[in-house]
Amino acid sequence: MKTAVKYRIGKSTGFQVLTIVLAFSCVVPLIFILIYIIQAGITKINWHFLVNLPKPVGEKGGGIANALAGSMIIIAVASVIAIPFGILCGIYLSENKTSRLAYWSRLCVDILQGVPSIVIGIVAYFWLVKPLGSFSAISGSAALAIMMLPIIIRSTEETLLMLPDSLREAAFALGMPFHRVILKVIIPCGISGILSGVMLSVARIAGETAPLLFTAFGNPYLSTNIFKPMQSLPLLIFNYATSPYNDWHDLAWGASCILLIWVLLLNIFTKIITRKWKVQL
Amino acid sequence: MESTIVKSVDYNAYFGDNHVVKNVNIEIPRNCVVAVMGPSGCGKTTFLRGINRMHELIPGATAKGKIMLNGEDVMEMHPIFVRLKIGMVFQRPNPFPNLSIYDNVIAGYKLNGIKLPKAEKDKIVELSLTRVALWNEVKDSLNKKGSFLSGGQQQRLCIARAVAMEPEVLLFDEPTSALDPISTSTVEELFHELKKNYTLIIVTHNMQQAARVSDKTAFFYVGELVEYDDTKQMFTNPADIRTQNYITGRFS
Amino acid sequence: METSIDNNLITRSENILERVITSTKIRDAVKGIKRIKRSHRQIRAENVFRRTLVIVALATVVLVLGIMLTLIIQSTLSIKTTGFSYLWGKTWDPVRDIFGAYPFLLGTLLTSFLALFISIPFSFAVAIFLGEYYPKGWLPNLLKNTVELIAAVPSVIYGFWGLAVLVPIVRVFETKIGVEPVGVGIFTASLILAIMVIPYAASLGQSMIKMVPSNLKEAAYSLGATRWEVIRSVILPYTKSGLFAGILLSLGRALGETMAVTMVIGNTSLIPKSIFAPGNTMASVIANEFTEADHPVYLSALIELGLVLFLVTVVINMIGKRLTKQFTN
Repeated sequence: MKTAVKYRIGKSTGFQVLTIVLAFSCVVPLIFILIYIIQAGITKINWHFLVNLPKPVGEKGGGIANALAGSMIIIAVASVIAIPFGILCGIYLSENKTSRLAYWSRLCVDILQGVPSIVIGIVAYFWLVKPLGSFSAISGSAALAIMMLPIIIRSTEETLLMLPDSLREAAFALGMPFHRVILKVIIPCGISGILSGVMLSVARIAGETAPLLFTAFGNPYLSTNIFKPMQSLPLLIFNYATSPYNDWHDLAWGASCILLIWVLLLNIFTKIITRKWKVQL
Repeated sequence: MESTIVKSVDYNAYFGDNHVVKNVNIEIPRNCVVAVMGPSGCGKTTFLRGINRMHELIPGATAKGKIMLNGEDVMEMHPIFVRLKIGMVFQRPNPFPNLSIYDNVIAGYKLNGIKLPKAEKDKIVELSLTRVALWNEVKDSLNKKGSFLSGGQQQRLCIARAVAMEPEVLLFDEPTSALDPISTSTVEELFHELKKNYTLIIVTHNMQQAARVSDKTAFFYVGELVEYDDTKQMFTNPADIRTQNYITGRFS
Repeated sequence: METSIDNNLITRSENILERVITSTKIRDAVKGIKRIKRSHRQIRAENVFRRTLVIVALATVVLVLGIMLTLIIQSTLSIKTTGFSYLWGKTWDPVRDIFGAYPFLLGTLLTSFLALFISIPFSFAVAIFLGEYYPKGWLPNLLKNTVELIAAVPSVIYGFWGLAVLVPIVRVFETKIGVEPVGVGIFTASLILAIMVIPYAASLGQSMIKMVPSNLKEAAYSLGATRWEVIRSVILPYTKSGLFAGILLSLGRALGETMAVTMVIGNTSLIPKSIFAPGNTMASVIANEFTEADHPVYLSALIELGLVLFLVTVVINMIGKRLTKQFTN
């Protein structure tokens, strides 16, 4: 009997060790990738790299200025589209828990969250690229905005649901109309949760490539016209990394390093801010 | 066979730095029903859970001292061996929801990897369920899951599950506080039957229950064992003023 | 004489009082009218706001319907041309207008399930580690955050790293086992996918495991079970559907992943002969050939792939979400 129990205890300890080993070995590839990308890219980054345009094949030098500017513009436009839309929808869902529209809207938000990013790119192509006649930054922004929506809507709804009912009741009791209650009382109280939802959504789309493949399409020149094609960091990496030219590979490494660090910092920053705000709540 | 089955010697229990059970010395006779009572937070549940080494499952919980089961120190044995000899029934009935009634009764054997031939398993199930007066009620639904049982029946199923392991001691942590009055009295009737084969230690919040079912009673207060005596004596002529105050309802 | 002066005083003060009262009444009346005007304005603004909210919520429904409609309408050309044999057609030849999606369905299924198969042990290990063994502490927290960061890395970066580092390694491996050393292929794509997909089942699984009531675990412990036995006989059966939902979540993610897969899968429209051969997934063939589709049927065939991909991922995600909701209730 004693040996049987000893065997069982041994099996239990063995399983615990196995779990620990497997759990920690997950992060090994991540750390390896981080180190590799930073090593490969950091040497390529300098002032010229950041402010110059990519040079044609064969010429030395070149930079990724068009991609940096393009990324920022596309993300900014996408945010301008998605944030008001998402927050308003989140407000509706938190104020109407049982209406039929709320049920279908929630269902659609769930569906949106699961749509592959390339499918959204296809749809944006038919909605904006074809009618406007050319690839454009705004179609890329629209695709990204569609991807941001579920995150913003979900986090706004959850944040507002967590606020106590007594807050709304107190505001109504003072004779405030509905829109003032929401805009002047509820939103300011929930602003931390809403903002972290917004930051999360930006972090999510900052590195997205697929929806931009046939919308923003890419541009070897620096452009600020949102109705024309525009380059973005992930697009540049994809195009140059899969090209057969070493010069372009170098550009892609530098760009990858910048994109990776930026996205990771954004994610880490969002996590820290969310935790700090949650504690205060 | 010695008449004392469980004896604690200078037993102390802690939650981190919080000293919740202080220097308990108690001797529990074989085939006896001992009630452990006291106000909330007096350490009675902690002491009970210390006896079958469940106390240390909580992170930060430690214990010092000795608890002797038939002369062997429980604190020195591996907890698994302890729990094979000392069974426990909890406050909220907790039959395993994914197992049938039959499988719930012999769950102890299955969990311990003890393989038995079907005939023997059937015998154990019938015997355990009879001992808790549940056999007639469930003998035709042994393969169904226990979710249709009432609270009292579920609790008796949990007692059957503990009894199936043939322990020497059964620990009960407020076993009827989640049950309605009729189920409570059914479970209390069981105690009389069970003590023929086992020693029972019952933590209870309900003084009247202690007076009804037990042979001896222990009164805990702020972590200390204040008084321990025959139940009749304790309730008619308590020795300590604190016991007196508790019994007369000065505090609960 | 004094009475008349008094009378005058009285009348004068009465007059003044009367004037004051009337003017206050007027002031109040004006205030009242202003308040009513403001209330009307506010009520109108309130209605506008409420209506805006409804419109926005409707817009989300319209958006999803629009996505479905666009995909369906743009696929009709291909559906009419090829019909249902599209789904099991083994040849994809845009030049001759023969469009069979079978190679890509196969590629998608192979890469996704292989990736799942590789990643599940790791996901579950993280889930059990964080949910049962070490729910608190700075080191487990660090692990949790690091695993979540895996999901944050852009897929194009995984693809680039895969192309530069993993493909040569796989090439060496393939030479060792005697397979044609292409490097790119289903196997490499599955490896990258497996890494990318770990966080999804891990985080959902972890929250499911934390929900097991300690009541049940204590019952098992009190019967003399070891920790492994409690995990195996109480925690895992209890969280069965929740863990399955986590797997579905990881699967949904793997099915829709485009960039990293495109960069390491080899991009050929032939049916892969083994897992070490190059191939294509539905997502990667769309990514590669969309901008090169020069005639309408070609484009429509690609969109039809997108439609299939859309339907499959949405169904899997919805099943996963339904299971999660059931479990948390």
